[in-house]
Amino acid sequence: MTLTEGRVAQLRQDFPILQTEVHGHPLVYLDSGATAQRPAPVLDAERDFLEQHNSAVHRGAHTLAGLSTLDFEDARETVARFVGADSDEISWASNATDALNTVAIALAKANAAGSASGRMRIGPGDEILVTEAEHHANLVPWQELAALTGATLRWVEVDDAGLWGIDDMREKLTDRTRVVAFAHVSNVTGMIAPVEEVVKAARSVGALVVLDACQAVPHRAVDFHALGVDAAAFSGHKMLGPNGIGVLYLAREFGRELPPARTGGSMITTVTMERSEYLDPPQRFEAGTQPVPQAVGLAAAVRYLESIGMNAVEAHERQLAERLVSGLESIDGIRVVGPAAGVDRSGLASFIVDGVHAHDVGQLLDVQGIAVRVGHHCAQPLHRRFGVAATTRASAYVHTTEAEIDRLLEAVAGVRGYFGVDA
Amino acid sequence: MSDPLAGLYQELILEHSKRRDGEGLIEAFDAERFDRNPTCGDEIRLRIRVDDAGVITGLGWEGQGCSISQASASVLAGLAPGLTRVDLEGRIEAFRELMRSRGGGVGDPEVLEDAVAFAGVSKFPMRVKCAMLSWTALEGCLAQLR
Repeated sequence: MTLTEGRVAQLRQDFPILQTEVHGHPLVYLDSGATAQRPAPVLDAERDFLEQHNSAVHRGAHTLAGLSTLDFEDARETVARFVGADSDEISWASNATDALNTVAIALAKANAAGSASGRMRIGPGDEILVTEAEHHANLVPWQELAALTGATLRWVEVDDAGLWGIDDMREKLTDRTRVVAFAHVSNVTGMIAPVEEVVKAARSVGALVVLDACQAVPHRAVDFHALGVDAAAFSGHKMLGPNGIGVLYLAREFGRELPPARTGGSMITTVTMERSEYLDPPQRFEAGTQPVPQAVGLAAAVRYLESIGMNAVEAHERQLAERLVSGLESIDGIRVVGPAAGVDRSGLASFIVDGVHAHDVGQLLDVQGIAVRVGHHCAQPLHRRFGVAATTRASAYVHTTEAEIDRLLEAVAGVRGYFGVDA
Repeated sequence: MSDPLAGLYQELILEHSKRRDGEGLIEAFDAERFDRNPTCGDEIRLRIRVDDAGVITGLGWEGQGCSISQASASVLAGLAPGLTRVDLEGRIEAFRELMRSRGGGVGDPEVLEDAVAFAGVSKFPMRVKCAMLSWTALEGCLAQLR
């Protein structure tokens, strides 16, 4: 089941920005992987909240305080249901990077006094395992945690296409592995990781599993309970929702063991001048004023995606990705990284144009109204592996049409000629 | 249809991006600088040699990046040798001013020579840092000689 042409046309009406023109051309927005556009129901929900219910949550006795608290907690329930979690397992963060840092910092704090035990304990000789394909947000915090605890950071190497498999992961797992952190869906290659198999392998050595779900949750049905991960992170702005809000999923048992990364107001029970006691999750991880209108907007984005159906979203993007990858592969001098045509991937593709730097590619596409991402996509080690500093990435979403993919392909076919590098 | 990118990709720029004048590190040098643009990954390593009178006698670079950044390094390699540090610092400032002109400046060919071809880049704020990369690397080298 995918989305019909008519359904996509109908959805497009919900996105005001898709009506704009760039350099005299109708905008072809193929950068949803970086930031997705927001449909009117999301914009309206945030505005309605601000106009009708806005006030501080979880404090105050006035009517608005009650209404805003209901909206805020309703948003948490909506998001929790969407990702197969319970609402006490969902904490708000400012974005996914922040959420991943929260886990790494909390683990560092748990180990700071040498008091951590069981699976929380990380020390010299222990190992933290990531992959070479990670976004910097799911790499640098683990480098920091390794440095702070004396643990060793290890990584699964990728092949020429930027891919890794469960066997590569198993090879690197040892009985000293304490944390395994990896992306569900790669933001560069579109590869879909074998999450359940990794969880199983990690469990067998007693390691925690942290999932970067930024490119997964917006584009396919995700069920954290079914996957069995201990922690996961994703961002609102990549799933048709607002900026300034991310989600940290902490499986109940893990969340209760984990100390707060940040402390202050709203996350305590009793405070004396000497010490404080903390609330249970999720509030334990929500120090300070929370992004309430953003949570309301994110819940609206979830409802919007649910109304389309995540299986339909995935099928639609899968179809577009196939057209994109096979089209790119048929153009001379273009090398697509990631899974080959015919192999499952998410709705994005990154590619290298022989002899032309990605920034020049992006500039030439922009002037034709086509927005793509160029650069290292916050994955420098992966690009080093490819032997380039930058690639061009096109990423689709619910509103993307086959005609837009074709416009991109046509424009890409003209790039090497424009820069005089075609043979 | 006229080419809307003509202002950016001047013929001279595309030509220099392929010519890459001055590419290759010089062995004997008095200052070296490595600069990187973290947002796009463009990078340059630039070395200069200076005589006792403070005149640049050699400049070599290696790097990778977009056509704008590579052409800019190539143009700079043609401009710098034979100039004194002080003279060159003034020209770097003139280039910076041109890049900040948001499409308003044209540049003085007496001062900037081929680099006036980059005037159109100033209309593309996302690309100004590409054009500036080798110039700021050279500026860093010159600062070491003070």
